[in-house]
Amino acid sequence: MAEFTMPSLGADMEEGTLVEWLVSPGETVTKGDVVAVVETAKSTIEVECFDSGTISALLVEPGTTVPVGTPMASIDSAVAPPARPAAKQPVTPAPAPPPDLQPVPGRPLTRTERAVSTPLVRHLAEEKGIDLSTVHGSGRGGRITRSDVEHAPTEPPPRLRASPLARRLAQSMGVDLGGLRGTGRNGTIRADDVRAAAVDHLPREAEPREPVEKPVLASPAESAPGARAAIAALMTRAKREIPHYYLSTKVDLAAAMAWMRDQNTGRPVAQRLVPVALLLKAVALAARQVPELNGHWKDDAFVPANGVRLGIAVSLRGGGLTAPALADADTMPLPELMAALRDLVSRARGGRLRASETTDPTLTVTNLGDQGVEAVFGVIYPPQVALVGLGRVIEQPVAVNGMLTVHPTVTATLSADHRASDGATGARFLTAIERLLQRPEDL
Amino acid sequence: MSTRRSSAGAPPPTTYREALREGLREAMHEDERVFLMGEDVGNYGGCFGVSLGLLEEFGPERIRDTPLSESGFVGAGIGAALGGMRPVVEIMTVNFSLLAMDQILNNAATLLHMSGGQLGVPVVIRMTTGAGRQLGAQHSHSLEGWYAHIPGIRVLAPATVDDARHMLAAALADPDPVLIFEHGSLYNAEGVLDGTIEAVDLDTAAVRRPGTDVSVITYGGSLPKAMAAADVLAGEGISAEVVDLRTLRPLDDATIMASVCRTHRAVIIDEAWRSGSLAAEISSRITEQAFYELDAPVERVCSAEVPIPYARQLEEAALPQVATIADAVRRTVS
Repeated sequence: MAEFTMPSLGADMEEGTLVEWLVSPGETVTKGDVVAVVETAKSTIEVECFDSGTISALLVEPGTTVPVGTPMASIDSAVAPPARPAAKQPVTPAPAPPPDLQPVPGRPLTRTERAVSTPLVRHLAEEKGIDLSTVHGSGRGGRITRSDVEHAPTEPPPRLRASPLARRLAQSMGVDLGGLRGTGRNGTIRADDVRAAAVDHLPREAEPREPVEKPVLASPAESAPGARAAIAALMTRAKREIPHYYLSTKVDLAAAMAWMRDQNTGRPVAQRLVPVALLLKAVALAARQVPELNGHWKDDAFVPANGVRLGIAVSLRGGGLTAPALADADTMPLPELMAALRDLVSRARGGRLRASETTDPTLTVTNLGDQGVEAVFGVIYPPQVALVGLGRVIEQPVAVNGMLTVHPTVTATLSADHRASDGATGARFLTAIERLLQRPEDL
Repeated sequence: MSTRRSSAGAPPPTTYREALREGLREAMHEDERVFLMGEDVGNYGGCFGVSLGLLEEFGPERIRDTPLSESGFVGAGIGAALGGMRPVVEIMTVNFSLLAMDQILNNAATLLHMSGGQLGVPVVIRMTTGAGRQLGAQHSHSLEGWYAHIPGIRVLAPATVDDARHMLAAALADPDPVLIFEHGSLYNAEGVLDGTIEAVDLDTAAVRRPGTDVSVITYGGSLPKAMAAADVLAGEGISAEVVDLRTLRPLDDATIMASVCRTHRAVIIDEAWRSGSLAAEISSRITEQAFYELDAPVERVCSAEVPIPYARQLEEAALPQVATIADAVRRTVS
């Protein structure tokens, strides 16, 4: 008899709320199956189980918040999962239930029944990053059809109550409606709320009476106070406990960009590489070369990690951020890394991360280049010991062999934990990144 | 200062009824093809006293009493218009006009079209509309919106003494049928005629009171209520702009939208029933043409969907009132 317990989904997680069971008693599970949805202070996560067997009892009701480690279900591992019917198996007269069997009325659908689907549908869903258990099946017996997947929203946008004028103003003023509190009936955001937000974020010296037409960013959300508090606690802990040191270097990307353009000429648009994929790959390989920065600080000692799991800092639409892990970034070929990255970011923004993706990355990368920033010196995500910052790829004059020329460049920075490493180690790491990017064909 | 108005100071006020009569008298003097016909317009002076004294002034040839037969005398008016006259036909109330609706819709509004442009019908039909005088469900409905549905005619709703005085001349000049709706509660309303106005147009709505926070869009008998509500609201710091539609068909979209684009909120006051009303049409046009200017849902204040009651308290409760208009405005701005 094994127990399924509330998992620790991050270094700072103390408790979690069960949102939904995706299995019911009597159902057979195998290790790695997603069995429950758990909400933490940071996000909603699908949790896998670590044992195989039959669910004998569900011990926690959805909606309950329990500490990490609390048994939530018992799994009877003595009952071996039934062998999958092989092609060679003799045909038995016992009628196996057809896959599109009508569900018994009055009983909630189990996960398996709900996800009745064809290989094509599963393939499509995977491609679009859609969780089939969230898709309503319109086919016979609730079967999920191809059209169901094609029409499934990848990220259902939260419905905001805002007046048409408020929406128009927000767009022209660059105000994010998600961060606003509406003062109208039922919390509807109105034009004045948008104008107030724009004025709030104008520089002090600006004329307060002319807020219109100035593109300004609204404040991050107050809408997710829990997530904000979690970030606050974590970042405070990082700055209190970790003696940061910072290094920065400018990397010449002439070779990398030329190679990338060359590669992209032969690719369909959807599969083209973008600079950030090359940069991430270089960071992952550098982490393998300089293992002193790839791991965790635990019990006053550095514990190097096996393999590179890059934490990708993703800013969330409603404000706040999360840093899910991109596993095997050092060994994955570039096109796969591109696809994995796109999938990870879209699911992180949709709040549908998997448990394995939120457990501790070994090194985090924050890329603010697309926000127009040249360099970012970040705060380390404990218990990691380093954070890599990537700025905008920018054309700059560089001197090559005594000649002045213009090349695309990027500023790579390193924030590192001085308890775990010294400046020389950090320098080696940044140099490794730079060298790797000079030989893009080896990435 | 004008030499004509000396020590007396302000010019004397005129009633809406007198302004209408002046308009009729002027039209009769200006054009001998103009004549007035309708129930009790002669000896009795008109059911609401509009034509009082005109029989004596112009004689029975031009001020003609008719039998109680709306279909008959409206049809006669249409025939006279086809024959080159410029008839003004008075129908006692809009409720009774339904007996003449066949003439108005199937003949007046369509003959020009069906004759390939040969037969214009320059008839003017005046009638009383609206409630508020305890005249019961037989005489109190507001059906002008039904007529505003019909292509081929123009529908007017004078709400001020100036429009009452001058709209008739413009209506007679129109080569197509024109319907004029006079709200019963307005006949005794007093106002000072603007001496500088010699003629009015029939194409534009008028901003009767400028404002910045909300557009109160109305016409006819609801205009005084809307103006009073705007006064109340001004005391609360809410600046309401009052738009008088004046012409119900064709609607002046430009003025309506310009106002909504200034205030970003709209409240429509229409004494007719809400369902399928002129208010519904205006609300729809605002949504179509100024959706991205709206900062609140469009509000409508209409009559309760009942036959207008006779009992005073019930009648008052059924109609748009200053308080209900002000409440609707508060809902849009708060």
